[in-house]
Amino acid sequence: MASLPPIDLPEGATGKGEFDSPQAEVPHDVRFDYLLRLGDDSLILGQRLSEWCGHAPSVEVDLSLANMALDLIGQATHFLGAAGEAEGRGRDGDALAFHRDVLDFRNCLLVEQPNGDFARTMARQFLFSTWQKMLFDHLTGSCDPLIAAVAAKAVKEVAYHQELSAEWVIRLGGGTEESRRRLVDALDWTWRFVPELFEMDEIATAAAGCGLGPDVGLFREDYDRRIRSVLAEAGVDVPSDQRPILGGRRGHHSEHLGHLIAVMQFLPRTYPDAKW
Amino acid sequence: MYTTELQKSNQVRAIEDPEKLAAFEARVAADEFIEPKDWMPEAYRRTLTRQISQHAHSEIVGMLPEGNWISRAPSLRRKAILLAKVQDEAGHGLYLYSAAETLGTSREEMIEALHSGKAKYSTIFNYPTLTWADIGAIGWLVDGAAIMNQVPLQRTSYGPYARAMVRVCKEESFHQRQGYEIMMAMCAGTADQKRMAQDALNRWWWPSLMMFGPPDADSPNTAQSMRWRIKRETNDELRQKFVDITVPQAEALGLKVPDPALEWNEARGHYDFGEVDWEEFYAVVRGEGPVAKERMAARREAWEEGAWVRDAAAAYAEKQAAKKAA
Repeated sequence: MASLPPIDLPEGATGKGEFDSPQAEVPHDVRFDYLLRLGDDSLILGQRLSEWCGHAPSVEVDLSLANMALDLIGQATHFLGAAGEAEGRGRDGDALAFHRDVLDFRNCLLVEQPNGDFARTMARQFLFSTWQKMLFDHLTGSCDPLIAAVAAKAVKEVAYHQELSAEWVIRLGGGTEESRRRLVDALDWTWRFVPELFEMDEIATAAAGCGLGPDVGLFREDYDRRIRSVLAEAGVDVPSDQRPILGGRRGHHSEHLGHLIAVMQFLPRTYPDAKW
Repeated sequence: MYTTELQKSNQVRAIEDPEKLAAFEARVAADEFIEPKDWMPEAYRRTLTRQISQHAHSEIVGMLPEGNWISRAPSLRRKAILLAKVQDEAGHGLYLYSAAETLGTSREEMIEALHSGKAKYSTIFNYPTLTWADIGAIGWLVDGAAIMNQVPLQRTSYGPYARAMVRVCKEESFHQRQGYEIMMAMCAGTADQKRMAQDALNRWWWPSLMMFGPPDADSPNTAQSMRWRIKRETNDELRQKFVDITVPQAEALGLKVPDPALEWNEARGHYDFGEVDWEEFYAVVRGEGPVAKERMAARREAWEEGAWVRDAAAAYAEKQAAKKAA
């Protein structure tokens, strides 16, 4: 058998351990919780989008929604797999996806909101993907090599999600009277979940402190600017501020998540010994 | 997925210019491709439009039974695979509609015909998906039968259809392996999983055999379609091929094919098998399948509830075009 090619190590690497293990100064539970947030956001939104499959307004739209769902499920697979390893209790990505109850899910409330009509799905996507794109841009510089690597790949996918949803927002706003009305309603409905995206709680602060993830406050203005500019192009007003609804990052979700995971987890929970 | 030709064409021999017709038939007999702008007999155009649009409808309706399990796929890997698979079906639908449009019928007209019940789609999708094993069985059997039907169509006489089939076949063969792999995992699994796998085979076996269409003796269009290279093997030939290939696959899984008459015939070099329940087949063709009403209701609902989105996109595009022109 031919020998394997040599591996080029980065400067300063000894080839053993240092680049594989998480940074020593990142607290164990912070890394676990942070990875759960990233993974759960993608998983739950991917699950929601996949509900459209076969029922979208046109075949083209069906394809684009399934595409985004696939990207998100792929991201979730990486992040949750890493979370399982970080936890070190023998749980893999599937165990985390299919054997946790609501209190242990760490996704933001926005992604778990039901699809509603197409306008609501697109408003949700636009508000989330715009944020996720900015987050992943920063995460490519994470001190955690795995997070940086996944973000580097996913940021291209998310850039497309952001673009696609922005285009739909503009199209719905500038389309017919009905589409404009539905878009305005959808934005108004979804708006209260935006502040949670920028919440700097203990985990987010600790993660920012050790270089795992960014201080999301850093791109709040960019975010607001981008939302304002797309909504201006769509010809609709930015919704007036509403009292923020928070709690997702601490496991306090909306009523919808319980139903979502009841469906999603049905098989692995009913047949805990089965391999699929 | 695929649908065999389900509707009886009436007058095949329309009044055509005999010289043109002879030249056309000679080209087809020489295995040349007919392209959209070429002259073709009206009956050829009609038959093909019907067949390709039925095929397209089957892909789109076929998203529903499998889509039923995306939200309940039992692992992240299975979820991604199933999503990608159903997405492939949507893609097939899209380029089949495009191939059919080259014959002069718009996608809207075809969809209208589906929703009004005038156009048919494969009978197989009028059966429900009850357990996760059904997702395995559909990939293994239904996509397996589809491949059997479609591989010869890569050499069908109409160029756009033949080319679409080349790509479709590649993806379908991937789907079939994925389906079989689900079955393998279930058959190597717990007693509950094996039960689901056997039950799925029991329910999907006969409907899969029906996918090849009525027996040759009751398929009056076959001769014409074969002369025009719209069809390259008869229903019964394809059905036999499918049984011969699939029975050993079932045995490898440790599953029993639900046909007491199934037996290897040494002299023929083929499996003998029992009679398909043709009464059920024709009932399903008429739209009386177990979940036919649900499938059509879901399609109509998606179309009607999406109307405002399509209208908005069209209105927006129009406004943009007007702005550009100004």
